[in-house]
Amino acid sequence: MATLEIHDLHVSVEAENGPREILKGVDLTVKQGETHAIMGPNGSGKSTLAYSLAGHPKYTITGGTVTLDGEDVLEMSVDERARAGVFLAMQYPVEVPGVSVSNFLRTSATAVRGEAPKLRLWVKEVKEAMERLSMDPAFAERNVNEGFSGGEKKRHEILQLELLKPKIAILDETDSGLDVDALRTVSEGVNRVRESGEVGTLLITHYTRILRYIKPDHVHVFAAGRIVESGGAELADKLEAEGYEEYTKGGATL
Amino acid sequence: MAEAQNIPAGSTTTGSIAVAAESTVATRMSAPPSYDVADFPVPHGREEEWRFTPLARLKGLHDGTAVTEGGVLVSVETPAGATQETVDRDDPRVGRAGTPVDRVAAQAYTSFEKASVVTVPKDTQLTEPIRIDVQGQGGTAFKHHVIELGAFAEAVVVMDHTGDATFAANVDYLLGDGAKLTVVSVQDWADTAVHAGQHNALIGRDASFKSVVVTFGGDLVRLHPRVTYAAPGGEAELYGLYFTEAGQHHEHRLMVDHDTPNCRSHVTYKGALQGDDAHAVWIGDVLIQAAATGTDTYELNRNLVLTDGARVDSVPNLEIETGEIVGAGHASATGRFDDEQLFYLMARGIPAEEARRLVVRGFFAELIQQIGLPDVEERLMAKIEAELEAAAA
Repeated sequence: MATLEIHDLHVSVEAENGPREILKGVDLTVKQGETHAIMGPNGSGKSTLAYSLAGHPKYTITGGTVTLDGEDVLEMSVDERARAGVFLAMQYPVEVPGVSVSNFLRTSATAVRGEAPKLRLWVKEVKEAMERLSMDPAFAERNVNEGFSGGEKKRHEILQLELLKPKIAILDETDSGLDVDALRTVSEGVNRVRESGEVGTLLITHYTRILRYIKPDHVHVFAAGRIVESGGAELADKLEAEGYEEYTKGGATL
Repeated sequence: MAEAQNIPAGSTTTGSIAVAAESTVATRMSAPPSYDVADFPVPHGREEEWRFTPLARLKGLHDGTAVTEGGVLVSVETPAGATQETVDRDDPRVGRAGTPVDRVAAQAYTSFEKASVVTVPKDTQLTEPIRIDVQGQGGTAFKHHVIELGAFAEAVVVMDHTGDATFAANVDYLLGDGAKLTVVSVQDWADTAVHAGQHNALIGRDASFKSVVVTFGGDLVRLHPRVTYAAPGGEAELYGLYFTEAGQHHEHRLMVDHDTPNCRSHVTYKGALQGDDAHAVWIGDVLIQAAATGTDTYELNRNLVLTDGARVDSVPNLEIETGEIVGAGHASATGRFDDEQLFYLMARGIPAEEARRLVVRGFFAELIQQIGLPDVEERLMAKIEAELEAAAA
């Protein structure tokens, strides 16, 4: 069973007056089949955690370890991490001019699966996945994220999640900017992947709204660069009622 | 109704639309067009038409110090139905399609010894392309080619430039009424070559001209693809593709002169750049004269900058002297393949080099698919693959 283990992770970014520490010792274990929600106020470092796990060059790991089934994730390049089974659904996916969605998906699936998917089966697989996400077939011929609406970008991210079937899925504020219909469609996509029981999900969000559709097994409150409280789904209800004030005003901001 | 669009996305992309009595296309030339090199002053580099070009790298083509020496091997292969002959400069077909617009083109016109003329008689449809191979031998050469199609003739011309040379040459395309000509000019020179010249098309009534200009090689390539219409109903499609690498200067200066009613022109040029001091220049001039009612024109330039240190100058320029047209527009955009795009593709398991290839291949495929000649399309895609392999190595 796949397990992602994060231990005492410290991460810095380059700022004007030298490196600034954003993550200050994160400990978290995510197992296949589990869903962990990471919730926290803006600026608490949630997205930094997501991008650090995916290997974005902007972030420097200054301490700690991350392993996937015992393999050192931090030693891997960005593409190696993806092929090892780490998937990051991005909050702001970038436009890639000149590369069609269909070409991109096939290249990506070929890289992640280690061989080119059989063309006929692949076409069917993509078509069905797009239908489930209520995506227009014409979408496949558009350039990656070029001129996509906010909702289209998120559907496209979840489409990739469904096709690439990672071991660990990190969803960075996938709910942001979505109307209720789009949120439901996207959540259904995430739930289909979860129901396979083969993915460990790390759901990063500011709002509790998405947790109505995606039920977490564990909820972690993130503040000032680390996890300050962990609990079950009931912790989300408490956050819904009380907000983050307790965590931002208390000693946890140190 | 004229509509126009300009999307500057890069640092040096500029564009303008002039609706004016005074032609800025004419006023920004340092001398009127002429066949005689002596009519042009030696450029000093600050002129509008020369300001992007590193004159020192022209190896004397611009100041009269380059003289014929060594030269190039030119082979012209004509399929059944076409004829080739060698003529003097006083032949009426030579220079008829257009007059040199800068000193280097005039130098080429003044300095060539004999011109080559390929003729496709009227009503003849060639089934094989006319092939013109220019192989540089390390010397300096001046050449002139004429391709003439009679009424309703159809032909494809493939011009290849390889090897090392300092080469100034003009090409004239004369299209009779209803003729269809497709021309592919590939600049696949060695890294040291210099190539400058003018490609003139004179398009007859209801004739169609399609030009595909492909520039990969050379130290400096500076070409003027130009179109004029002899009668109404003509159509020009100008496609261009350049892959500009470290230290290379690729400059394409287009001019479509709409002086005749009911003609169409469509321009799409796309370039990718990578490496330090890779420099691409695209000038797209379209002039719609007062007489050219019913004109339909659109020009587009797209650039993809793959690495730091490369530079693009893209200047679309549309001048409209009549409002009685079908449409007129232009667009120019320069985008970067940046770290965020690379990260996105890699985060989906795609290795860095493959990601770069994916982007470049896709960028050019959009253009190549419009060419409509499977042979040429395949060859260009293969060439791009080879360039990408070489760039990766």
